[in-house]
Amino acid sequence: MRFLFKTDYEDDIKLFPHSGYVFSYGLLLALLLIAPHVLSSYLMSQLVFVCIYATVGVGLLILTGFTGQASLGHAAFLAIGAYTAAYLQQFNVPFPVYFLAAGLLTGVVGALVGFPALRLQGIYLVIATISFAFIVEEILARWESVTHGNEGMRVKTLYFLGTAVPRDGPTFYYLCLAVLVLTIVGSLNLLRSPTGRAFVAIRDSETAARSMGINVSLYKVKSFAISAAITGFAGVLFAHKLSFISPEMFTLQLSIEFIIVILIGGTFSLHGAVLGAIFLVMIDPFLTYLKDDMPGVIAGLAATLGAGTERAAHIQDAVAAFASANGLKGAIYGIIIVLFVLFEPLGLYGRWLKIKLFFQLFPLYKRATFKRQKIYVKSERNR
Amino acid sequence: MLDFVQQLVSGIALGCVYGLIALGFVLVYKATEVVNFAQGDLMMLGGFFAFTFIGMLGLNYWIGFAGAVAAMALFGMLAERLVVRPILGYPQFSIIMATIGLGYFLRSVAGIIWGTDDFKIETPFSQGVLRIGSLVLAYDKLSVIAATIILCALLYLFFNRTTLGTAMRASSENMLAAYYMGIPVKRVVSIVWAISAAVATCAGVLLAPITFIHSNVGLVLGLKAFPAAVLGGFGSIPGAVVGGVLIGVIESMAGFYLPQGWKDVAPYIVLLAVLLLKPEGLFGLHVRKKV
Repeated sequence: MRFLFKTDYEDDIKLFPHSGYVFSYGLLLALLLIAPHVLSSYLMSQLVFVCIYATVGVGLLILTGFTGQASLGHAAFLAIGAYTAAYLQQFNVPFPVYFLAAGLLTGVVGALVGFPALRLQGIYLVIATISFAFIVEEILARWESVTHGNEGMRVKTLYFLGTAVPRDGPTFYYLCLAVLVLTIVGSLNLLRSPTGRAFVAIRDSETAARSMGINVSLYKVKSFAISAAITGFAGVLFAHKLSFISPEMFTLQLSIEFIIVILIGGTFSLHGAVLGAIFLVMIDPFLTYLKDDMPGVIAGLAATLGAGTERAAHIQDAVAAFASANGLKGAIYGIIIVLFVLFEPLGLYGRWLKIKLFFQLFPLYKRATFKRQKIYVKSERNR
Repeated sequence: MLDFVQQLVSGIALGCVYGLIALGFVLVYKATEVVNFAQGDLMMLGGFFAFTFIGMLGLNYWIGFAGAVAAMALFGMLAERLVVRPILGYPQFSIIMATIGLGYFLRSVAGIIWGTDDFKIETPFSQGVLRIGSLVLAYDKLSVIAATIILCALLYLFFNRTTLGTAMRASSENMLAAYYMGIPVKRVVSIVWAISAAVATCAGVLLAPITFIHSNVGLVLGLKAFPAAVLGGFGSIPGAVVGGVLIGVIESMAGFYLPQGWKDVAPYIVLLAVLLLKPEGLFGLHVRKKV
């Protein structure tokens, strides 16, 4: 076990607390850089989606995880970013300009949403952000002169510094990776600055934060704006990756997926956004794999356990019929959410920390270390 | 003028359905401070149970209705036991996510079992209209309004006149204090979920003749019931119904008098306006902040 000897207050907020971090993250980055030469094009495409979802996840974590303001309207911010890019691209605006413009516009909209949200708490905020997302979706469908309504918009190939960046090529992947890494580093720096500390203080207790002299309204609006801007940047990449956008892509379903990303990854650390994004994006190919191979495997298992050939074939058909049922994916999503909330509230990153601590403290690990406290008196209603 | 009255009645009928779903939200929220995002899906499931009993097994309408309500009450208790009880006392965000997950699950399972088509339940009110002069009112809409009034009266009596109702109000004020006073809080919460699932089933069955039952109906209507509950002050039983009726009327009027597209967003615009101007809703209590 490593003991960190801190001799300075600055040691508490270092980006890399010790050299092990530099090594492991450097190794990870190197692996990600050579990935396009190793992985298949399908996996590369999924990896691009991981980068985009993780970027949104980081944005959502700043708002929900660190400032404590739940939002079920992030699909709307993504849509605003995507549509800004698609609209400006028609006038041959260069990529860096519309990329920044999309982030800026989404940030401004986020701040505008943040102002009414100042008076809202908990469930009211969730409902207000859902309403906002619905209104944005309807505007996108009706404002046909700009958004082409329900017909959707084509997004042309990305041109960066005069060269084409096709959405399937490795350059586009590097671009998405760069955006993700910059977002994470920027967010880490933000979170160790006074602003980030203020966010966390607001999350833990608004009253205490206010009595420490934090301007709660200002920081909440800031948090909304930053979170929305990051989501807007991701929206530009999302539009380019899909090369076609229409209002029905940005529904409540997508907002819920973003919340699933941070819920499954873990809401207390930026690691959660990345782990959750990997989980959410990779579950699709995994389910397809299960659907194709599971019936055969189960039939084989039944045959080895002594079932007859006819019986095994029957079982195989039954499992195949069940696996290809419409909407099975939704049911699995639902079960995953419930199971994570019930049994792994700290998410995948929490599980990783538990495993790490188990080995560091072996054999002295205590289950109660990560136990959450239950509060039965009404706290949230008169907070 | 005639158009206006027609729109008003159909708006009120639709609003009563929103109100009934919102009533389910409010019951659960009052008792446990859990916001049940799966309430609309409970309604959908209740509708499907009723469809199975009435349309597929060919039972009498009233027997099928009662059977569906009883089955859903049990289902509500089961859902509470499995999903909600283990996380009571944790931050609200976790509980919201759990109920969203439950809703996802119920929608998909209903889609797998009953398919994704639209279903219709034959009811005694399906045909027939009431004529007052040149005004034509369909029985199915009037039946929704009548049933809502009856249900509200019953719930009001239950909460204010019975011991169990008082126990529920007590545990909604402060679970821990109620527990110290000898109220079996866990059982009370379980019964609250049963009641809220039963109310949702009533909404589902009454709705069936108006809009068809399909596996996504709960999501669509459940999200419309949120504005209703917020408008009424999320915690007030009469508020939920009044809020629901207001939302229904607003939606129906917006669909008739405003250009296309306003119908779907009007409830949310009203909701945002209410949240901005009067966050505690029309009937909500203003609670002082405590530290």
